Amino acid sequence: MADLALRSLTKAYGQTEVLHGIDLTVADGEFVVLVGPSGCGKSTTLRLIAGLEDVTAGAIEIGGRDVARLEPKQRDIAMVFQNYAIYPHMSVRKNIAFGLRSSNLPKADKARRVDEVAELLGMTPLLDRKPNQLSGGQRQRVAIGRAMVRDPKVFLFDEPLSNLDAQLRTQMRLEIKKLHQRVGTTIVFVTHDQVEAMTLADRIVIMKDGHIRQVGTPSEVYRSPADTFVARFIGAPSMNLIEGHAVSGTVTLASGGTMPLARGKGDVLLGVRPDDLHPVDGPALIEGRVTVQEPLGPDTLIYVETRAGEIIAKADARTPPAVGSTVRLGAAPEDVHLFDRESGLAVA
Amino acid sequence: MTDATLSNVPDRVKPSSEALLSKPTGRGPRDNAQVIRWILLFLGGVLMVMPIAYMISTSLKWPHEVYNVNLIPEEPTLDNYVYVLEDGRFYGWFVNSIIIATLTTISNLFFDSLVGYTLCKFRFPGRTLVFIAILSTLMIPTEMLVIPWYLMSQQFGWLDSYWGIMFPGLMTAFGVFLMKQFFESVPDDFLEAARIDGLNEFQIWWEVAMPLVRPALAALAIFVFLGNWTAFLWPLIVTNSVEMYTLPVGLSGFGDEADVAWELIMTGAAISTIPTLIVFLIFQRFIIRGVVMAGLKG
Repeated sequence: MADLALRSLTKAYGQTEVLHGIDLTVADGEFVVLVGPSGCGKSTTLRLIAGLEDVTAGAIEIGGRDVARLEPKQRDIAMVFQNYAIYPHMSVRKNIAFGLRSSNLPKADKARRVDEVAELLGMTPLLDRKPNQLSGGQRQRVAIGRAMVRDPKVFLFDEPLSNLDAQLRTQMRLEIKKLHQRVGTTIVFVTHDQVEAMTLADRIVIMKDGHIRQVGTPSEVYRSPADTFVARFIGAPSMNLIEGHAVSGTVTLASGGTMPLARGKGDVLLGVRPDDLHPVDGPALIEGRVTVQEPLGPDTLIYVETRAGEIIAKADARTPPAVGSTVRLGAAPEDVHLFDRESGLAVA
Repeated sequence: MTDATLSNVPDRVKPSSEALLSKPTGRGPRDNAQVIRWILLFLGGVLMVMPIAYMISTSLKWPHEVYNVNLIPEEPTLDNYVYVLEDGRFYGWFVNSIIIATLTTISNLFFDSLVGYTLCKFRFPGRTLVFIAILSTLMIPTEMLVIPWYLMSQQFGWLDSYWGIMFPGLMTAFGVFLMKQFFESVPDDFLEAARIDGLNEFQIWWEVAMPLVRPALAALAIFVFLGNWTAFLWPLIVTNSVEMYTLPVGLSGFGDEADVAWELIMTGAAISTIPTLIVFLIFQRFIIRGVVMAGLKG
């Protein structure tokens, strides 16, 4: 186990810079998830840590040692790939043992390690099978086993769950989380799925266009997004953003409503998560006509056409406003986020 | 089908007498197309099988019957086989051909796949140029190359030697192309996983990439073995002594200047198909068993 630090990490392909000086510290034993839309640089960052891509500038420190110019095998890391990358011509046992291929351990110790890992992953009965005799989830376990058997300082996961079906993904997510709690190895996990990020991470790193936009615990990035990108990326459905103007403790929305908020000045964007926006009888933030209902079981999402565009709110599933009816929506002031309209940054 | 022939057929595949007697009714255009397809396939099959049938037929004929086109010999004989197998030269040529075809095949499997892998999986300046240069050699006919090959062999003292016969075919542009195309289907994730697991580039190629392209290696092995087993022009030119002849060169010399002993040539040819059949039977199962995708997402 070891801590990991990225210092001004830069990657360019020819003249095109795709990572612009990433700074990130991952504590020993921490589970960090890099999340962001396609092309944000999260996989590139992971591949740089793994040594599968050359660093253009900056440093990668694992356990205090700069490994940026070392070969992948010298970095003491292990990686689980999106496509599993388990060798089809080898049995499960050989696949797992392959991770120890370059280790100096005696043969008996290697065999014992393989058995331990297989036991931990519940793969013991399948050790002599070939990959084509395994299900998707089992293959993923073999890939994790091959990474685990080396007892690396850092585990890297490159979207390992994205090829699994929804049910299996939830199951494997839980297994990975339990596994981390048991082995306590530092993990850097890449995903584009914000639910995966929220459920797995000790800390989430949200990336866009080769920059880190925010680093924080799942609760921090959800409750206090640093900017409008993070605000809309984290949380499903996305946060509603409504244009407004803040003057002396009150935000007046372009669509008409007002909200007393003792922060912000000038042109702002007022953000409210659908979870926090509900139909109200009293003073409303905004009003409009219900166009669609989405029953979710305990709640119903309602899509409301307003003067500020389409707004999503949550209504009680037992008494949802009918489609076509006019509804007034309100939120508690502490659930309202304020962003500078020009820079998109959160207003403290 | 007559009763006599039907008696040899198992009951479960025998057509019922009603089926044999009943006339087909309402045959549609699809049935006609099917019949035409079958006829064309049958004719194609006959075209493929006839030379082999005549080879075996001629090998069973006496010399005076060789120029009769009848497929079934009037007086079948195995004397030709006895003669050829008792002729000491035949064994020598057979061994020469085995050695040359085997070594050339091994060399091609190793070097063609190594070069194909390098051209496919590594990025380096001039990569495309090298690939085009290799491919362009495919466009030069062997007949044009034999003179420089001969001069080269003469200069290096390779005439009338195994090395002299083998060197032009130790690596082929076709093999490089074939292997490169197959390595394209090997996902980089496999290679990167092996890189992280601590293998060097040669080990990655040998232990990870090569097992994943076994079907291609099997196909290449069959092509190269057959190509070298049946090679005639270059072995004829580069060899001088009868002992260094390969099977096709040696067989062509059966008989004398006045009369070519076709029955002996065909006998030798029939015997010489045995190793090629064995090679095909060994490698064809690898071709059928394509496993590349088995370790990837299901």
